[in-house]
Amino acid sequence: MSCCNCKKSDLSLIKDVLDKYADVDGSLITVLQHAQDIYGYLPTDVLYHIAERVGVSPAKVMGVATFYSQFRLQPVGKYLIMLCQGTACHVNGSEKIEKAIFDELGISDGETTQDGLFTLKNVACLGCCSLSPVMMINDETYGSLTPDKAKEILKSLKSKEA
Amino acid sequence: MRIVVGQGSCGIAAGAAKVYSAIKNIVPDTCELTITGCIGMCFLEPIVDIYDGNNLIKRLVKVQPSDAQKIIAFVSGDENAVNDIEITDEDKDFLLKQTRIALRHCGVINPEKIEEYVADDGYKALEKVLGTMTPEEVIEEIKISGLAGRGGAGFPTWFKWNAARQAQGDYKYLICNADEGDPGAFMDRAVIESDPHNLIEGMLIGAYAIGAKEAVVYVRAEYPLAIERLTKAIAQAEEKGYLGDNILGTSFSCKMRIKAGAGAFVCGEETALIESLQGERGMPRLKPPFPAQSGYWYKPSNINNVETFANVSWIILNGGEAFSAMGTENSKGTKVFALTGKIKKGGLVEIPMGKTLRDVIFDIGGGIKNDAQFKAVQMGGPSGGCIPAELLDTIIDYKALGATGAIMGSGGMVVMDESTCMVSMAQFFLDFTAKESCGKCVHCRIGTKRMLEILNRIVKGEGKNGDIELLEELCYSIKDGALCGLGQTAPNPVLTTIKYFRNEYEAHINEKKCPAKACSELLSYRIVADKCRGCTLCSKKCPVEAISGTVKSAHSIDTSKCIRCGACYNACKFNAIVME
Repeated sequence: MSCCNCKKSDLSLIKDVLDKYADVDGSLITVLQHAQDIYGYLPTDVLYHIAERVGVSPAKVMGVATFYSQFRLQPVGKYLIMLCQGTACHVNGSEKIEKAIFDELGISDGETTQDGLFTLKNVACLGCCSLSPVMMINDETYGSLTPDKAKEILKSLKSKEA
Repeated sequence: MRIVVGQGSCGIAAGAAKVYSAIKNIVPDTCELTITGCIGMCFLEPIVDIYDGNNLIKRLVKVQPSDAQKIIAFVSGDENAVNDIEITDEDKDFLLKQTRIALRHCGVINPEKIEEYVADDGYKALEKVLGTMTPEEVIEEIKISGLAGRGGAGFPTWFKWNAARQAQGDYKYLICNADEGDPGAFMDRAVIESDPHNLIEGMLIGAYAIGAKEAVVYVRAEYPLAIERLTKAIAQAEEKGYLGDNILGTSFSCKMRIKAGAGAFVCGEETALIESLQGERGMPRLKPPFPAQSGYWYKPSNINNVETFANVSWIILNGGEAFSAMGTENSKGTKVFALTGKIKKGGLVEIPMGKTLRDVIFDIGGGIKNDAQFKAVQMGGPSGGCIPAELLDTIIDYKALGATGAIMGSGGMVVMDESTCMVSMAQFFLDFTAKESCGKCVHCRIGTKRMLEILNRIVKGEGKNGDIELLEELCYSIKDGALCGLGQTAPNPVLTTIKYFRNEYEAHINEKKCPAKACSELLSYRIVADKCRGCTLCSKKCPVEAISGTVKSAHSIDTSKCIRCGACYNACKFNAIVME
C-alpha cells in the first residue's frame, strides 16, 4: 500500500462534483464524500486539488477528512467488511467474530489482506441490533453471526475469487 | 388480496428482499405485492403480511424464500397453507401491548408511496395548521402536549420553538437531527425508513411555527436506505405541493434537503451538528449564544430529533391534551425504545411514559434469552448508565430514570444477563467516547483516555488499590470541565457501574477475578479428573499444546502455557473443564 500516494490520480473524474459544489458554502464534506465514492478513498493529490478548488488550506481539508470516521486515506480491499461494534453486538459477542475474521483472513481493524481482497473496519452501530452480532460486507448484511458462520461466509467469498 | 413484505433495514438484513423476489416470481396478477417499512418485531423478521382490503388477515413470521409457494397457495384459497409460519398469539402481544404514536404508520403503509400516507390522515395536520392556526397557536398546542426532546436531553419542544420564533432574523432554519449515533439505538432510522412523510410533515409544522424557510435533515451516512426513502419522499411531497413555494396555496414556503453525516458521534450535539453542516470538523460551540439566536450560518435555528418531529402531526390532529393525558407528571406522551441485547423479543417498543422497565423487558420483551438471570439494562448508550435488577420497577420518566444515574436517552435499551461483565461494559463505552471525543476540551480529551487506560488495566488483572477512587475523581472533573453533552455524560457508564456493581470492580482489582467470567485474562481453566474420559479432544483443540494426558486417562492443563482461549472448554463434551 505504500506507494498508493505516489500515483497520480485522474483529477478529471471529480471535475463535475467540484463544478457543482466548489463555490457552495459549507460543501466540503459533501465534496469529500463524492471524492471517496469516485476513487474508493481519498488520495493525497485529490485532497490538494479539492483544497485549491474550494479555496481552503490543505490543512483544513485534511482536518475534516481525518475527523470523520467515514473517510479513509488508504485504498480498501474489494470486500469491505464492516464489523458492527454497537452495544448490542458487543453484548452478543462481536469480539469473537473479530477474532474469527482474524483467524480466517489474518487482518485486524483497519487492515487489508495482502491480496487486496478484504479490508476489515470496525464501525459504530449499523442499527440491526436485533440480528446482533452483525457484519456488513459491501452492501450485504449478515446477522446472527457465530464465529463459524463468519468464517464460512468469508470462505465462500474467497472461493468465489479463487 | 395484498401481500406486504416488511422491508426495513433489519428485515432486509434478515432476508426480506430475497423473500420479496421469491414471491414476485410467482405472484398471480390478481394479487398485489408491495412493501412496508419496519414493523418493529425484529425478532420475527422477515415478516410478510396478507391483507384483504384494509384488513390484516395473516401475519407470517421468519419467512424464508422457500415459503413463497405456500403464501401463493394461501392467497389462492388454501386456508391452511401458511399455518406453520403464522405468528403465535403470544408474539402478537408484542405489538398489542404498545401504544403507537410516533410509529403509528410504521409497518402499516408503504413508505415509498405518498398516496398511502395521505390516505392514512397524512398531511391533514399540515392542512389544519396552515389553514386555521397561527404560529403562536401551534407553539401553544405543543406546549399543552408537554412534548419534550426525544433525542436524549428531554428539553421542552415548545420552549425551543418559541425561542426560535422570537429570535430576530430575516432567515431562519429548521434542522432535524437524524445522526443517530448511539450504538444500540435505531428508532430514528426506523421512522425515516418506514414513515418518511410523517417526519416531513412534523418538520414543516415546526418550520411554520418558528418561521423557517429552509429545513435540513442531517442523516447518518450509515443509513443508506433511510436516505434513499427520504429523498424519494421529499420529491413526492414537492410534486404534490406539500413542500416548496406557497405550500397548499398559502403564503408559507419552505424547502427541504438532506445532508449526509460522515460518521462522528459528537455531531449528535446540536452545535457540533451545525459545524458539520457548515462543512467543518464537528466540534461543539460555546453556548450561549444558543442555536435559536445564532445557529446554522449564525442565523436563528431550531434543532429537534426525528422522534420529536414524528409526534407533532399526531398532536396537532388529536390535540395537545390527548398527548399529555398519557404519561407522568413530568414526562408526557409515549417513548420509543430499541430493545436489544440478551432479550428474547428484540425490536421497537413504543409505550406511554410511566410504565416500568420491568413492563418493557419482561412483559413486552418476553424476558431474558435462554431464561438467564437478568443483570442490568443499559439506557442512553455511552451517555447513559446501567440500571441494575433491583431497580427494575423504576418508571420510564425523565426524572425517575435520571435519579438512577442513567438517562432516558434517545431510546437505546440494551439488556444484559449474568454473563456480561460490568467493568468490561464500562470499558467498552469509554473506548467509544475516548475515540469519539472531538478533542476540544482537555478534560474530555485527556480524561476519557486516562479513564480508559485504568479500565484496560483493571480488566487485565492489573488493577491497583485506589483505582476506583481515581476513576471517580476523573469522572467528576470531566463532568465539570467538558463543554458539551458528550463530555459531560461520558462518565455516566463508569459512575453507574461503580455505584451498582462496585463488588465487580473490587473482585477484578483485589482478587484478580471476573465474577461474570467474561474477562478472558482473569480466567483459569482446570480439568476435573473424575469427569475426564480421556477422549483427547481438548488436547487436540488446544492451540498451544498446554494440555497433556494419554487416551482414556484424565488430562491436565499446564497453566503456565495456557493462553485462556477457552477452546478446550468449548470442545469438552463431558463438562470436565471448569472455568474459574
